[in-house]
Amino acid sequence: MEKISSATEGSIDYTGKKIGMWLFLYTELLFFGGMFLLYSVYRSRYSAEFHASAMEENIILGSTNTVILLTSSFFIALSIAAIKAGRRRLSTGLQLATIICGITFLVIKYFEWAAKIVKGIYPDSSVLLGMGQGETLFFGLYYVMTGIHGIHVLIGVIIISIMLSLTQRGIINRENFVKLENTGLYWHFVDIVWIYLFPLFYLIT
Amino acid sequence: MDRGNVETQIHAATYRTYVYVWIALLVFLGITIAVAKLSLLAQYSVIGSLLIASLKAGLVLVFFMHLKNEGWIVKGMLALAVGALTFIIVLTFSDVWFR
Repeated sequence: MEKISSATEGSIDYTGKKIGMWLFLYTELLFFGGMFLLYSVYRSRYSAEFHASAMEENIILGSTNTVILLTSSFFIALSIAAIKAGRRRLSTGLQLATIICGITFLVIKYFEWAAKIVKGIYPDSSVLLGMGQGETLFFGLYYVMTGIHGIHVLIGVIIISIMLSLTQRGIINRENFVKLENTGLYWHFVDIVWIYLFPLFYLIT
Repeated sequence: MDRGNVETQIHAATYRTYVYVWIALLVFLGITIAVAKLSLLAQYSVIGSLLIASLKAGLVLVFFMHLKNEGWIVKGMLALAVGALTFIIVLTFSDVWFR
């Protein structure tokens, strides 16, 4: 009896927590998958309009954001390796770098959206409605998909900030790091979504 | 060699792998931009950029997300999720194209 209670109280259930996180990511995959499906169907129907609309995208800002997100994934992967090695300061520094990357990504996204909104390109605007169906669909999908992705980045930044605090307080340490690992899995997933969004919206010109 | 030394070496190897993966990701990004901007693949550009994106996603999955170290449950579920998505896409396009 004593053995059972100490096992349930003391154990972290590492495998269970990891599987839970992966399961959540699969639901996320199907969630984003639905939007990618919608994009592909309309792209195949309005391919000329999608090509023309993608010219509106700023490829320099898009590429910069891709570099930032790829690098942030690299940082958080390193931060997990660091905590496993017991190097807390290095780990927190890398988590902070990941947070800065996430915020920079969102700031750049803000400027991209603002540039379009100034031109009158936003859902239900008279400019966009006057452009035709293909363009309306392209920018509608652009705002929905990059918007929902942006919300995921924002949530990621908040969660990594919580992990940073937990690591600083020693709650996440070299023996108990599954929270940080699962946060990393989420962040990498958000990165993978962007890896597909980038060519579909910026490079199809 | 004591245990601490072996551990340090393992960690150094992990950091090195991450650096290589990160460099590979940036190289693939460069390739995908070059291919798109210089129209190197002409009408196959969409397939080409999606293939490169999948290579990048694969690198992130296998190395950053440690898929290679996961058991059959995680790998099997991933196959199921990706399979389900592929099935939905194929089914939808069989309708859209041959309607």
